[in-house]
Amino acid sequence: MAYKRNVDRLPIVPADAREHVAVCHFCIVGCGYKVYTWDVNREGGTAPGQNAFGVDLSRQQEALTPAWYSPSMYNIVTQQGRDVHMVFKPDPDCVVNKGLGSVRGARIGELSYSRVTGTQLNRLTDPLVWRYGQMQPTSWDDALDLVARVTARVLKEYGEDGVFVSAFDHGGAGGGYENTWGTGKLYFGAMKIRNIRIHNRPAYNSEVHSSRDMGVGELNNAYEDAELADTIVAVGTNPLETQTNYFLAHWVPNLRGESLEKKKRMLPDEPHEPARVIIVDPRRTVTVNACEVEAGRDRVLHLAINSGTDLVLFNALLTYIADQGWIDREFIDKHTVGFEEGPAEPPLFPARADSGVLAERWPGFNEVLAEIRTTPEQAAEICGVPAEDIVKAARWIAEPKAGGKRRRTMIGYEKGVIWGNDNYRTIASLVNLALATGNIGREGGGCVRLGGHQEGYVRPDYPGGRPAPYVDKLLIEGKGGVHHIWGCDHFKTTLNATEFKRVYKKRTDMVKDAMNSVGWGDRRALVDAIMWAVRQGGLFAVDVDIKPTKIGQHCHVILPAATQGEMNLTSMNGERRMRITQRYMDPPGQAMPDCLIAARIANHMERVFREDGDMGRAKQFRGFDWKTEEDAFMDGYHQHAAGGQHVTYERLIAMGTNGFQEPAVGYEDGKIIGSPRLYTDGRFSTPDGKARFMVTKWRGLQAPGKEEQKKRYKFLVNNGRANQVWQSAYYDEDSEFVQDRWPYPFIEMNPEDMAELGVEEGDLVEVWNDAGWTQAMVYPNEKARRRETFMLFAYPTGVQGNVVNAGVNELVIPNYKQTWANIRKLAKAPRAVAHVSFKSREYKPA
Amino acid sequence: MKRCKLMVDLGRRQFLRGSAATAAGAAVATVAGGGAKPAAAQGGARVAYPSTRLANIKDLALNEPFEVAYPDADAPGVLLKLGRPVEGGVGPDRDIVGFTTICPHKGFPLHYTAEERTFDCPGHYSRFDAEKGGQQIWGQATQNLPQYDLRVDEKGDIYAEGVDELLYGRLSNVLG
Repeated sequence: MAYKRNVDRLPIVPADAREHVAVCHFCIVGCGYKVYTWDVNREGGTAPGQNAFGVDLSRQQEALTPAWYSPSMYNIVTQQGRDVHMVFKPDPDCVVNKGLGSVRGARIGELSYSRVTGTQLNRLTDPLVWRYGQMQPTSWDDALDLVARVTARVLKEYGEDGVFVSAFDHGGAGGGYENTWGTGKLYFGAMKIRNIRIHNRPAYNSEVHSSRDMGVGELNNAYEDAELADTIVAVGTNPLETQTNYFLAHWVPNLRGESLEKKKRMLPDEPHEPARVIIVDPRRTVTVNACEVEAGRDRVLHLAINSGTDLVLFNALLTYIADQGWIDREFIDKHTVGFEEGPAEPPLFPARADSGVLAERWPGFNEVLAEIRTTPEQAAEICGVPAEDIVKAARWIAEPKAGGKRRRTMIGYEKGVIWGNDNYRTIASLVNLALATGNIGREGGGCVRLGGHQEGYVRPDYPGGRPAPYVDKLLIEGKGGVHHIWGCDHFKTTLNATEFKRVYKKRTDMVKDAMNSVGWGDRRALVDAIMWAVRQGGLFAVDVDIKPTKIGQHCHVILPAATQGEMNLTSMNGERRMRITQRYMDPPGQAMPDCLIAARIANHMERVFREDGDMGRAKQFRGFDWKTEEDAFMDGYHQHAAGGQHVTYERLIAMGTNGFQEPAVGYEDGKIIGSPRLYTDGRFSTPDGKARFMVTKWRGLQAPGKEEQKKRYKFLVNNGRANQVWQSAYYDEDSEFVQDRWPYPFIEMNPEDMAELGVEEGDLVEVWNDAGWTQAMVYPNEKARRRETFMLFAYPTGVQGNVVNAGVNELVIPNYKQTWANIRKLAKAPRAVAHVSFKSREYKPA
Repeated sequence: MKRCKLMVDLGRRQFLRGSAATAAGAAVATVAGGGAKPAAAQGGARVAYPSTRLANIKDLALNEPFEVAYPDADAPGVLLKLGRPVEGGVGPDRDIVGFTTICPHKGFPLHYTAEERTFDCPGHYSRFDAEKGGQQIWGQATQNLPQYDLRVDEKGDIYAEGVDELLYGRLSNVLG
C-alpha cells in the first residue's frame, strides 16, 4: 500500500499568528512562501474572525484556495526556545509561483527539524570528532581548535595548495549570499585557495563559461518573458519536473493562450498567437507531454536528437535562418561585434584555439557562419531527426510574423547541455542563435539557463586559473593534506565516483588509524599523528553540513550547520529576483549558520598562528568578527555586490516574497528599484559593450573516453531528475513519502530491451561499464527508445555517478549525460518495491 | 459540551505524538519490506467518522467508477471494482476500493482513466494509481490519494468508515 500519513485534521492558523517572509529552500525558481507560527497550546477557529484567512473553515474550500494546507506544510518547531505550530504554505501574492507549491517545496514543513513530531531527527546538532575510534559530540571550541591546528600545519608544510575545499556556490538553503561570502572571504580572502570545487562539479568553474565569454550573463530575462514569447525553445531541460512552478505559472498560460491579453497590452504593435514550443531532448519527458496537452501537438515540436549532438542542430538552425535572411541585421550591427572582423582582443581559452587564424581577435558573424555552416540534411544525419523538422524549428524560431514583425523567441537550456557533450561550444552555439535573431534584452526573448539551485554568489575573486584544477582527480592522485567540505556530498554527486570513493576511504582511513594511536587530550601528539598520516598520503577531512552525508562518514570532524529559516538568508532566483527568508525557527542543537562557522574557523586560525608566533599569517584572518548572519550580509553583499548599497535586511523584509530583480539600481519611496531584464539597452558584459559570436565547430563526442565507451557498451545511460526528489535526496532519504515512491533509483527502459535482458518491472539491475558499477530499479517506458535508458541521478541507493567516466571538457565541466553501460539482472523485484506503481508518468486527458 | 471539546483537543495532541511514532515505525518498514500500511491502529485518535453506506456490491461494474460522496455531500469520490485483488481491497474478491476524486495538490477534480486504472488531474498533470493504494505516479501533490476505509457487510452493502489522508480544502476531514 502507498504511504499514508493517517492525518485527518490540522491545527487552524489563528488570526493573530506571526507571519514571516520565506522562499522555498530548493530550486532556482524560488517560489514565495508565507510562514505562520503561533504558540503550541493554541489554535484558531473555523469562524472567519478566528483564523488567519478570514473564511469559514467549517465549509469545504474551493480549488486553489489559499485557505488550506496539507499535512506536509505543517509541523511543530521551536522558536526562541518555545514550541510553536508552523505552517509553511505557498504565497498566493508572489508573482513567481502565484500560490502554487511543488511536490518539493510544499513539503518543507514536514522536512523541518522537530523533536515534537519526530521529523528530520538525524539533523546534525553538535560538532562531532573522531575520538577513540568513533564520532563523538563535542564543543565548538574543541572541534574548531583541531580544524585550525591541522589546517595551519598543512598551510605551513604544503602551502595553500595543500588545503582542498569543496563548497557550495549557490543560493537557497545550503548557500545564499551570507554563506557564499563567509566561505569566500575565508578561502579567497584570508587564504588564496586554488584547489576548490563546487557541490556538483569537480572544479571551480562556471557551468556556462562560453555565454559569459560572449558577454551574455546566463540569467538575462524575466519569468514573464515565457508568457510573452512567440516561441519557447527548451534545450536539455525538463522544466515541468525541475522548475515546476515556473513552467506551470508562466509557460502554461502562454501555451494555453491565456497570456494573449497581456501580450497585446504590452506589445501592441504586432500580431500574437499562443506560444509554440520546441523541445530538444533525446528523451520524451513529462514536459513534452504537458506541452502537447496544453498547446496541441501541432504547436509542439519535440526534436529527439541523438544524445550529445545538440551543437550540430543549433549550427544548422543558424545556417538556415541566416540563409533565409531572417537574422536581425540591425541588432548584429549595433550590439555585437558585427558581420566582419571582431575586436583585436584574444578570445579566452578554449575559444581561442578554435578560431584558427582568428586566434588574436574575435570573429565577426559572417566568419562564424562560414566556419559552422551546416545544412538541415547534414544535421539530420548526425542528430537523427528529420531535416524537415529542423526547417520547421528554424521557421518557428525566426520566420517573421505577419507584417514583417520579428518573432520573439526565448531559449532556455539546462543540464542536458550543461552536463552534456562539449559544454563550451554547445552553449555558445545557442547564444550565437539568440544574438543573431536579436532575442536578448527584449520582451519575450532571452537566452537563459533554467537553473538548478537559486543563486547567491558574492565572493572575493577566485585566485586559481583557467582551467581551474580538477580537484577530484587531484584527490584521487593523493594530493592535498586537509579537505574542508561545505554542503557537498561527492559520494552521491560526482563523476568517476566508484574510484573517488575507493581512494577517499583509503586516504581518510589512514588518518583515522593514526588518530586512534594517540590520546585526544594530548593535542600536540594528535596533530603530529595526523600530519604523519598526511605525509604518507592520508587526508584529514572536515565536513560542514546540516545532515549526515556519505562523504561525512569518512570525515574526522563534522560541524553542524543551520539552514534557511533557521537563519536569515538571502538569494536570487532564475530571473534574478532577490528575497530574504526570515528566521522562523531555531537551528537544531548547537548548529550555526555557515557564514558564522567560517568566521569562527578564521578566529581559531588567527589564534593558532598568533600562538605560534606567526603574526603575518595571523593578520590575514582578521575581519571575521561577525556575530550574526546580518553582519556577514553587510560585510559581503551590501558592500561588494553590484547595487548592494541599496539593499539591507530591513528593506528586503519590506519587499516581501516579490523582492526585486537584481541588480538594484536605487531605493525610492520605501522600495528597492530593480532591473527586470538585462541588456535592454543593448550593452553587453564586455569591455566595449558589444556581444561576441563564437566559432562552434562539431567535434563529435568531445570528452575523453566517451567515443570508446559508446562503442563498447550497449545502453545509453541518460540521467537526470525526478520531480519528487530534491538534489541528492539529503532530506528525501528520510522522507517516507519519497522513499515510498522511490526505494531505489529508477532506470527507465524500453519493454523490448527488458525482454531481451530477461528483466521485469521492479527488478534490480546492475549498470556497469569501464568506470564502475551501480544499481537501479527497472521502470518500463514503452516510449523510451531502444537502447536508451534514463536513470535517476544522485540517488543514495544507486549513485549514477559511479558509471560516469572521468572525462571532462577543457574547463573541467563534467559530462554526466553521455554515459554508456551494460545492464545485468541483480535480483528479482524485492518486497521493498512491491507497493510501487510502474505505470506511465504521462498525464492522460479525459 | 465543554468536556466534549476537551476530548477533541486531547485527541489532537495524542494524534500528533502518535504520528511521530508511526513515522519512525514506517521508516523501518520501508527498508525492511516496503509499503507496509503505517499502523492505522495507532491513529486511534483520528476524528470520528460517520459509517456511511455508499453502495451495494451489485451496484459496481468492473472498472467503472461509481460516484459517491464521503464523509459528506461536499466530498466527492468513487468506488471501483478492479477485478483483481489489491492491497486494501474489500469484498469477496478483495478488489473494491474507494478514493476521493479531489486532487490533493490544488483541489481540481480528477478523472478516471480506465485503461490504465489511474486518476488523472487536469490542473497540473498529477496521476494516481488506483491499484496501488492511490500512490501518486507523478505529480505535485504531497500526499498520495486519500483512500476510504471500507467495510462490506453480509448483504454486500459497502460502508466507508474513515479516510487515510487529509482531504483537500478542509482542515478536518469531518467538517464542523
